[in-house]
Amino acid sequence: MTSEIIMAGFGGQGVMLIGQLLTYAGMLENKQVSWIPSYGPEMRGGTANCSVIVSDEPIGAPIVTEPTALVAMNLPSLDKFEPMVQPGGVIIINSSLIERTVARSDVKVYQIPANDVAAELGNSKVANMVVLGALIAATGTVNSQSVNKAFAKMFAQKPDLLEINERAIERGASYIKC
Amino acid sequence: MAEKILMKGNEAIGEAAIVAGCRRYFGYPITPQTELTEYMAKRMPQVGGVFLQAESEVAAINMVYGAAGTGVRVMTSSSSPGISLKQEGISYIAGAELPCVIVNIMRGGPGLGGIQPGQADYFQATKGGGHGDYRNIVLAPNSVQEIVDMTIQAFDLADQYRNPVMLLGDGALGQMMEPVEFKATDTVPSIKAWAANGMRGRTQPNIINSLHLQPEKLEQHNIHLQQKYAAIQKNETRWEELYTEDADLILVAYGITSRIARSAMEKARSESYKVGLIRPQTLWPFPAAPFAKYAKTAKAFLAVELSAGQMVEDVRLAVNGVRPVAFYGRTGGMIPSPKAVYEQIVKTLKERGGN
Amino acid sequence: MAEKLFSRPQSLKDVAFHYCPGCHHGIIHRLVAEVIDELDVRDKTIGVAPVGCSVLAYEYFNCDMFEAAHGRAPAVATGIKRSQPDTVVFTYQGDGDLAAIGCAEIVHAAARGEKITTIFVNNAIYGMTGGQMAPTSLIEQVTNTSPYGRNADSAGMPIRMSEMLATLDGASFIARVAVNNPANMAKAKAAIKKAFEIQINGHGFSMVEILSTCPTNWGMSPLEAAAWLEQKMIPYYPLGQFKAPEGVAK
Repeated sequence: MTSEIIMAGFGGQGVMLIGQLLTYAGMLENKQVSWIPSYGPEMRGGTANCSVIVSDEPIGAPIVTEPTALVAMNLPSLDKFEPMVQPGGVIIINSSLIERTVARSDVKVYQIPANDVAAELGNSKVANMVVLGALIAATGTVNSQSVNKAFAKMFAQKPDLLEINERAIERGASYIKC
Repeated sequence: MAEKILMKGNEAIGEAAIVAGCRRYFGYPITPQTELTEYMAKRMPQVGGVFLQAESEVAAINMVYGAAGTGVRVMTSSSSPGISLKQEGISYIAGAELPCVIVNIMRGGPGLGGIQPGQADYFQATKGGGHGDYRNIVLAPNSVQEIVDMTIQAFDLADQYRNPVMLLGDGALGQMMEPVEFKATDTVPSIKAWAANGMRGRTQPNIINSLHLQPEKLEQHNIHLQQKYAAIQKNETRWEELYTEDADLILVAYGITSRIARSAMEKARSESYKVGLIRPQTLWPFPAAPFAKYAKTAKAFLAVELSAGQMVEDVRLAVNGVRPVAFYGRTGGMIPSPKAVYEQIVKTLKERGGN
Repeated sequence: MAEKLFSRPQSLKDVAFHYCPGCHHGIIHRLVAEVIDELDVRDKTIGVAPVGCSVLAYEYFNCDMFEAAHGRAPAVATGIKRSQPDTVVFTYQGDGDLAAIGCAEIVHAAARGEKITTIFVNNAIYGMTGGQMAPTSLIEQVTNTSPYGRNADSAGMPIRMSEMLATLDGASFIARVAVNNPANMAKAKAAIKKAFEIQINGHGFSMVEILSTCPTNWGMSPLEAAAWLEQKMIPYYPLGQFKAPEGVAK
C-alpha cells in the first residue's frame, strides 16, 4: 500500500509537525517514508503544506501531486488541493474553520471540528493532533500506537505533553468510527 | 545495524561530515541550505570542532583554503548565488590541489533567482565554474541516505585525489526528511606530507600555492592536473540504471528529478511502454559509457532536468548522434509531476521512438 | 677573532629578492624574519602572502607559507589558525590587497579578534600592476589611474586603516611605523615583535602598518622617495600605537 498525503493549513497550525509525526510513525513500522515541506508555487498565499509518503515500496517522487488523502486545516488549503485528490481518496476537513464540505462525490469526506475538540481537551494547540488521529483512522496508513511512539521520541524532552496528545489522537479517531 | 533516524537532507549532510571526521566548517546562511549551517553551529562545538560564520561566501571559501592547506578535513556549503561567489576560491583550491568538500543546495536562477529547487548550476559545477582548466568531482545524491553516504565518500575522494569535491543537491533534497542510517565508517583522513601546518621539525617549508609565473612550469602543472582528472574519470565514474536492457526509451535524470523520472517510468512500464532510466551519480566525471552501450539498443533518450537543458549536452556528447536525445525541463523552481514526465515519455516515444 | 655582527636571519631563505632598488619590502621582510628568529617560533609559524608586489613572499620566508587570492589573506589565515591553533600565523599584505579588495576580510578578521598578525605595507600605490591609484594614495598624488592627481570629489579621501581598525573591540594591537631611517626601523621592529608576542600570548588580532616607498612607481629616486614618505605620507598617516592591550607599553 502507498499513502500519498498532503497536509495543509495556515502557518502555525502545526501541519508540518503532524506530517513529520506520521512519517516517523511509518518509519517505526519499517515502511518506506518521506516528508517534504511546501515547495513550489503553492507556498504562496500564506498556507503551509507538506507531502508525506508512507509506502511498502521504494519511494519515487517525494512531492505529492495526486494525493490519496488530504488534510485541510483551513479553507484556502481545501480550495487549493481538493481537485488534486485521487478518486476514492480521503479528505479530512477541519470543520471548526471550514464551513463548506466538498463538491466532489468520488471521495470520502470527514468533517472534524478540530479546534473545538482541542478547546474541550484544554489545549488549543492540539487541533492538529485531532485531525492526525482522524486521518490515520480513516486511511489506516499507520496505527495510533506508532504515532504515540513517534511523539514520545520527537518530544523526549517534554513527556508531560504525551498524554494530551494521545487523547487528541483518540478523539480525532472517534469521529471516523461513529 | 545502527538505528534509523528521520533527518532533513541538509542536516544529514552535516552529521555525515562529522562522521567522516570533518571538524572545520566555514559558511554563510542562504536559503535553502541554511539548516546545514545551523546544524554545524550546533554540532561542531559538541564534537570539539570549529564552526565559523564567515562575513561572506568569499571569505568562507578562503577559510576553507587555509584550513585544507593545513591538512584537516573541512567543508563549506551554500546555495546557487553563494556558490557563484565561491568560484574564485574553488579555482585556487583546484590549482593548489587542496582536498575539501563544497555543498551546493541549488535553487533557481539566474541572479538572485528564487528559493525553490533548481538544477541550473550543472554547467558551473561540472565545467569549471571558476577560471582555468580544472574539474571538481561532482556527486549527485537522490535520497537522504545517499546524501549521507556520498558526503562521507566526498571527503575520501577529496583526500585521495587532493581535489575539491562538490556535493550537488537541490532545495527539495535539502528540505526533505527520510530515514537514514549512519553506518560505522572506516574512513580515515590520509596522511598529508604536503600540508603547511608549521614545519614542526621538517627541514623544508611546505608551500600552498597556485601561482606559477613561468609558462613551462604552469604547463607542467596543468599536464599533471589533467592526468589526475583522467585517473578520476577512469576510477570514479558512478551511475545507476534501471530497466535499461530492453528499453526503447531511456530517461536520464539526477538528484530529485531522478525520483520523479522513476515514478514516471514505473507508470509507463505499467502501461507496457519499455522505458528505462540512467541516473548519473557522478556528474563529473560524467558516465558516458552506458550511453554508448545503450545507444545500440534503445531508440531514443529523454533527459529531464530542473533547468533549461544543461546535463542534456553531456548526454548528447555521450550518445554522439547515434540516437535522438530529447529534453524536458522546468525552471525557476517549478518541479514537474510524474504525470508530466510520463506525458513526455509517451510523446517522445511517438515522435522519436518509431522505426 | 672577528665578531659576526650581521647575518641572514634563519627565517629568510638564501635567495635574492626581486624588489626594485629603494623599495622597502626587503627591509620589512628582514625585520619580520628577525622577529620570528628572536621569538624562536619559525618551526610553528605559517605565513600568508598576498597578491601584489609581495606575491612571491612565499619564496623568501623560510617557514610554511600560503599564497592567497587577492585580498583574502585574513580569511585564509583564519582558516589556518582555526585549524592549527598552536601555530603563529601572519599575513603580509599591501594597500590594494588589504584596503581595497580585501577590506571586508581584514575588518572581520579584526572584529572577530582572530589570533593572527597582519603586516600591512602601505606605499600609497599599486606596485605590481605598474603604478595605479590605491585606497591609500594621497590627495593630488599622480598615478596611472589618477593622472591629474587624486581628486577627493571623485576618488574620496585616502583610508587610514590603522585608525579604522583600532575602533574594533577585537583588535588588540594596532600600530603604524615606517622604515625610512634607522631610528624608525628600530621602532618598526619593536612593533612587529609586540604584534607577534600579542598573538603568541593569546590576545586578539594584531596589525602593524608600515609606511613604505615605491620609487619606481612614484617616479622618484630612492632618496627622493624617502623624503616624500617623510614629508607627505607621515603627516597624513601619523606614526604611533593606536591600540594595545593593558600592560603593553606605548
